Amino acid sequence: MTTVLILLPIAAGLLIWLLPLNRVSAGSLALLAALAEVGIWIQLVARYDFERGGLQFDQQRNWFGDLNVSYHVGVYGFSVWLIGLTVVAMAAAIAYAFWAGRDRTRAYMGLMLFLTGAIVGVFTAQDLLLFYAAFEAMMIPLYVLVGVWGGPGRMAATLKFVIYTMAGSLLMLAAIVVYGLSQNTFDLVDIGPSSSNWVFLGFIAAFAIKAPLFPLHGWLPDAYRESSPEVAAILSGVVSKAAAYGFLRIAVAKFPEPVQDFRAPILALAAVGLVYGSLLAFRAPDVRGVIAYSSLAQMSLITMGVFAVNDLGLDGSVLQMVNHGLVSTALFLLAGMVERRTLTGELGRLGGMARGRPALATLLMTTGVIALAVPLSSAFAGEFLILAGVLRHGWGWAVVGAVAIVLAAMYMLRLISAVLHREVGPAVSDAALDLRPAELGVVVPLVACLIALSAWPAAISQHSFRGDRPQADVEAQFR
Amino acid sequence: MIDRPQIDWFALAPVNALLLAAALALLCAVLVPRQWRKPVAGVLCALGYAAAFGLAIALYVRSAQAQGVVVDALRRDRLAELATIIVAASGLLATAISYKERWREHHAGEYYALLAAAGGGMVFFVGANNLLTLFLGLEWFSISLYILCAIERDRLGGLEAALKYLVIGGFGSAVLLFGMALVYGATGELELSAIAAAGRESDSLLLLGLAMIVAGLAFKASAAPFHMWTPDVYEGAPTPVTAFMSAATKTAALVATLRILVTAFPENAHVWTVALAVIAVCSLVVGNLAALVQKSVKRILAYSSISHAGFMLIPIAANSALGGRALLYYLVPYAAMSLGAFAVVAARERELGVPVTLENLAGYGWERPLLGISMWAFMLGFAGFPLTGGFVGKFYAFAAAYRHGWTWLVIVGVIATLVSLYYYLGVVRAMFMRRTEDLQLAPIGGSPPREALLQTAVFACLVVTVGSFFAVQPLIDLAKNAAESLAF
Repeated sequence: MTTVLILLPIAAGLLIWLLPLNRVSAGSLALLAALAEVGIWIQLVARYDFERGGLQFDQQRNWFGDLNVSYHVGVYGFSVWLIGLTVVAMAAAIAYAFWAGRDRTRAYMGLMLFLTGAIVGVFTAQDLLLFYAAFEAMMIPLYVLVGVWGGPGRMAATLKFVIYTMAGSLLMLAAIVVYGLSQNTFDLVDIGPSSSNWVFLGFIAAFAIKAPLFPLHGWLPDAYRESSPEVAAILSGVVSKAAAYGFLRIAVAKFPEPVQDFRAPILALAAVGLVYGSLLAFRAPDVRGVIAYSSLAQMSLITMGVFAVNDLGLDGSVLQMVNHGLVSTALFLLAGMVERRTLTGELGRLGGMARGRPALATLLMTTGVIALAVPLSSAFAGEFLILAGVLRHGWGWAVVGAVAIVLAAMYMLRLISAVLHREVGPAVSDAALDLRPAELGVVVPLVACLIALSAWPAAISQHSFRGDRPQADVEAQFR
Repeated sequence: MIDRPQIDWFALAPVNALLLAAALALLCAVLVPRQWRKPVAGVLCALGYAAAFGLAIALYVRSAQAQGVVVDALRRDRLAELATIIVAASGLLATAISYKERWREHHAGEYYALLAAAGGGMVFFVGANNLLTLFLGLEWFSISLYILCAIERDRLGGLEAALKYLVIGGFGSAVLLFGMALVYGATGELELSAIAAAGRESDSLLLLGLAMIVAGLAFKASAAPFHMWTPDVYEGAPTPVTAFMSAATKTAALVATLRILVTAFPENAHVWTVALAVIAVCSLVVGNLAALVQKSVKRILAYSSISHAGFMLIPIAANSALGGRALLYYLVPYAAMSLGAFAVVAARERELGVPVTLENLAGYGWERPLLGISMWAFMLGFAGFPLTGGFVGKFYAFAAAYRHGWTWLVIVGVIATLVSLYYYLGVVRAMFMRRTEDLQLAPIGGSPPREALLQTAVFACLVVTVGSFFAVQPLIDLAKNAAESLAF
């Protein structure tokens, strides 16, 4: 079942790329494949035994035996939710791309589906080398998706993006070689803990760049601004979660001693990133800038939760990964819809879009309010748990986090009012219509997921770790 | 009267098949009417390589026990046979890539004869177990390649390349020969294992000879600082010849290096492992930094070939069974990637009629999807991305270095890989992310017909490049058996 989840989109992507389909049939086939993927995931949730927890649906086959590398995939409780986020967000992105109409549809859809398979691969890989392969395989379609279909500054943006992320990844490769060979296995379940600081830092470098964590976020604004909205949505909503997953699954679980040593600096960087990202988001001149920097802030918050390594922090960070993934995907897609109507994302030229466009206003407002963690929202639950988690390591961290939540309210409300309210901006014409049914079909499911999670955040926070005891599960290295 | 030695004709069959093909192709130049010359000579060359390929597989299967051939002048072992398989496959693909090259038709017979002869020399070279046969094989394939570079006499670039190759290659051979003479002087032996038995650890004559042998072989493997000829020769030679050189010559030179150093100089391992590591680092630095500023795609690939010499010297420097496996595995996707990449360059060159630069590659990926996707895969493979064999090859090379205790070499390799991304992805960027219309480029006289033969060859390279990522275990088993022929 896990293998099907990985291979189905890749096979569908190859098929779409090879068959001489026209734009409509290629798009619908891709959407069908993405929805089938969601269907398989629903099966997975239904059949995953949350009472028992631990690794389920695992499959193992030899890849190369002399170094004990194998194709080993499986699903943990928390990876169930991250896979769910991936398949739902990818389905929305593919649907939006289909509706918006991209040149060279077959290639585009093929790459999007390939990307889906690669991300699911990251969340299910139980072998270090397979994890690395999937982590890098994400880069191959992303490089082309940003570089070919992006905006005018796409070349510089992709180059920066690739050089940054590959620098981290290659350090991780060196760390994997050292770690795996010193333990004589590359299997993530079997491999024992390591106390090597250098190996730990190799992994951290890769994940900190991908997340990103301050000060390694240089690639983020360009990549998020220059790519098409659905690719930006996937980048910030899903791909960044691969890094948070790596923190949780590898860095925290396999390196207990280095985590103790490096907790303070990592929490400090995350706290700086949280405040700095929030301030930049407040100052950003365009819609995408606000969302991009808020993504930096949110990923920093999630990182704080993971590195708290206690029940509350871990629960909160998994919940917040899903929340932020959905929020960010929905916001980037909405930003794309606004940009389609006004041909600009500059906040100074927007405004007054709420008048006569109730659907857009309602959806942007709902998503924005959830993003700023208003009480009763799922993001509030997630952030509260994270703050309670880091409080155990010093009240200072929690204060910084709380300040950042206030800042989040500031930048989100600024975004909402700049787009929806105030007087009508020069770029907004009366001819710009409200959201079309197809656009509603893309965004409404995402917002519905968020509302459902707000009603029952425990669906994730109590069903992520074995016996709902995250700390014990991490200390047992998910074995 | 000297007794005639026992000769294992089966072990010599791949060399003889290629020599026969060379002789017949050369006869074609005289006996076959002009319009039939090219197809007949081409088919003969291809048949020679196919026969060598098949015979090498048969020999690999039946050579579980290594044995000497012709009084131990050659070795019949799985190392030699695996290298023969790679060389023969490269030659077969190079023949397919060459077929539609636009040179003057009446050289066709000579061209294919020399191509087959060069392959024969390499097959002889990788089996050599004696300093004399080793040198014979080296000169045999080198002289064939010198002429192949200059086969287009009208092109000044080709002549310059050939002359440069001849002078520098001749110098490299001389250094190698001098080194061999010193080793012979120090030990009184020519056969590799006998040198190991007779050599003493701290014999300055032997060490000097060893250094000169390493330098001579590094010339052929185009490792820095012995790489000066590579960019000019790769650029100036006809592209199919470059493709063949980059895949087969490198295979032959690296396999021979592995065999000589491990068999003849085990006592001096502490010296040559360090020397090779230094050469590897030099190649990585020089190759990757110089490639960054190139505009011509052939020059980029030439510098990439230098940096890959560095990557593949790392496992040899590790001096272990794992290192041997790593090298022999890496050669398979590497040979496929370089042949394929040069083949794509050749295809573009034939369309435009001018040397291929990053500029005039613009939009090519969308015009020719098969070639574009393949080139993409080859570039990712060179850069060590997953889903290509290049990734597993690099991983094995790093693993060998780490097992040897050289974590610093892993770090150097990783940084070199990072630098290399810029120019490898630069090629992808040029092919896919710019549009032909933007640059106002059009092929001279519209698009030429598609070449089935070249595209088949590129597709085969693509299959090997990607397939070697998934089928690691079978390839590693092949490499492991081959590496076991040496006494690590």
